[in-house]
Amino acid sequence: MTKPLLELKDVVLKVNRNTPEEITILNKLNLTINAGDFITVLGSNGAGKSTLFNAIGGDLSIDSGQILLNGHDIAHESVEKRTRFLARVFQDPKLGTAPRMTVAENLLLAERRGQRRGLMPRGLKHHLAHYQELTATMHNGLDQRLTTATGNLSGGQRQALSFLMATLKRPEILLLDEHTAALDPRTGQDLMHLTNERVAQDQLTCLMITHHMEDALTYGNRLIVLHHGQVTYDVAGAEKQALTSEQLYSFFAEIE
Amino acid sequence: MSLAVSAIGQGLLWAVLGVGLFLTFRILDFADMTVEGTFPLGAATAVAAISQGMNPLLATLLAFVIGALAGLITGLLYTKGHIPILLAGILVMTACYSVNLRIMGRANVSLLGKATLFKNHLLAGLPQYFDSVVLGIVVMVVITSIVIYFLQTELGQGFIATGDNQTMARSLGINTDNMKIMGLMVSNGLIAFGGALVAQNNGYADVNMGIGIIVIALASIIIGEVAFGDLTLNQRLVAVTLGSILYRFVLLLVLKLGFSANDLNLISAIILALCMMLPVFKRVLNFKHILKRGLDTND
Repeated sequence: MTKPLLELKDVVLKVNRNTPEEITILNKLNLTINAGDFITVLGSNGAGKSTLFNAIGGDLSIDSGQILLNGHDIAHESVEKRTRFLARVFQDPKLGTAPRMTVAENLLLAERRGQRRGLMPRGLKHHLAHYQELTATMHNGLDQRLTTATGNLSGGQRQALSFLMATLKRPEILLLDEHTAALDPRTGQDLMHLTNERVAQDQLTCLMITHHMEDALTYGNRLIVLHHGQVTYDVAGAEKQALTSEQLYSFFAEIE
Repeated sequence: MSLAVSAIGQGLLWAVLGVGLFLTFRILDFADMTVEGTFPLGAATAVAAISQGMNPLLATLLAFVIGALAGLITGLLYTKGHIPILLAGILVMTACYSVNLRIMGRANVSLLGKATLFKNHLLAGLPQYFDSVVLGIVVMVVITSIVIYFLQTELGQGFIATGDNQTMARSLGINTDNMKIMGLMVSNGLIAFGGALVAQNNGYADVNMGIGIIVIALASIIIGEVAFGDLTLNQRLVAVTLGSILYRFVLLLVLKLGFSANDLNLISAIILALCMMLPVFKRVLNFKHILKRGLDTND
C-alpha cells in the first residue's frame, strides 16, 4: 500500500521576504510521503528540517509550490485547520503541554485535536480510567500523576505526555521534531522505543527529525537527508536496512 | 455594624470587576488596560439608558453588551492588528473617554429620582446597605457559576490552554486569536456590567470614575489569592469575591485611621504592590531563617 498521503511539489519558502536579508530556506523541495511511511529526517543545521515541518504545519507560509494531502492543496490552510490530520511533538518539552493544567486535562484537550470545541461539559471523569491505562504504558510514573499540573513534571515525563497527546487521537501525519533531544540519554532512548512501538502499532505515518545517525538508521522504513532546502538523499526499505553509519558519514562529508 | 454591611455590599458589587479581570489577567495571562475605559463606559451606558426611560435591568445588560464591544475592538487590535496588548488596551481606554462623554453629554450625570436596580421594590424594603448585599450576592452567584461552568466546558478548556501555552493550543487546533477576543469581550462586558451596578448604587456616573479600576480589580484577585493560599481554579474564582470584600474592609480601616477618601488610590496601589511582592518578602524571610539556622550551634 503505497499511495501518496502527502506530497510537497516544488515548495519554495523564503524568510525576510523583500529585504536585503532574504534567504531561501526551502528551494523547490519535492517530497512524497506514502501512507505508513516512518521517515527519519537528517540534515545539518540550516538545511531546512524545522522549516519543512513548519511549512507542513502551517506556521510558515510557502512562497510557491504545492502541499497536497490526499491530492488536495492545503498550502493555504491555517495552523488550526491542519491539526485535523496533523499532530506534532516539539523538541522543547515546555512547548507541548499546558503547564498549569493537569496531566489528565492536557490529555483531554488533545482528545479533541482539530475538532470543534463547544459549550458541552468536558466530561473529564469518563476518561480517567482510559488515561490511567494509557499513561501506564509510558512506564515513567506518569500514571501516578494524572492530577498533577504538568509544570511540576520532569522533562522526560512532559515529553512522554506530549507524545501521548500527539497520538491520542490518531493523526494522519505525525511530525516529531527532535523530540528526544532535550532529554537525558536514558530517558531519550526510552521515549524513542515507545515512539517506535506506537508508530508500528497504530501504523502511523511519521516524519522524525533527528541528529542521531544511529536513531535515523535504526528506526523507520525510510531515511531522507535535507541539504540547502532540498531532499538530496532518499532511501527506503531494504536499501535503508543495508545502509551503515560509515556510508552516511561519507555522504555528509561529500555534500558539506 | 452598618459600616461593615456597607463594606460587604461594596465588596460584592466590585467583585464583578475582579472576576472579569481574572479572565484576562490570570487565565489569558496579560494585563488588559481597556477596563479603565469600559468601567465608566458601562456606567455611562446604563445611566444614559435609564435616563431615557429604559428598564434598569435592561440598561445594565446593555452595559455588558457595549463593554463587550469595546473588548472586541481591543481584541481585534491585538490579534489581527498585532498591536501589543498593553497599547491596544490603552488605545481603547483613551477612546472610551471621548465615547463616554458623547454618551452622557457631560462629565457627570445623576440618577436622582430615576429608577435603578436598587430601587426595585424587593430591595427597597431592606434595611440600609442590605440592598447592595442582596443584589451583590445574587449577581456574584450567577456570574461565578456561569464562569465556572464555562471553564469546565470543552471551549473553556481551550480558553485556559490558550493562556497557558499558545503554541500547544494552536497545535491542537484551538483558534487562539478567537479565544483571546472572546476573553477580552466577556471580561470587558463584565467590567462594564460592574460599572453599571456601581453607578446605580452611587446614583451617578462620572467620566473619571475609571481611574485606578485595574488596581482595584487586581487587588481583589491578589488579596483573595494571598488570603486563601493554594486553591483550585474554581475556588480561586470564589476567592476573588472574598478578596474584594476583604479589600473593602482594608479601605474602611484606612479611612478610620484618618486618611481621606482622596488618598484611596494611593493606598490601593500600595496595598496591591505589597501583596504582589509577598513572594519576594517570603523568600527574603526564609533566607534570614536559613542564616540563623546556620549560626545556631545546636542545629
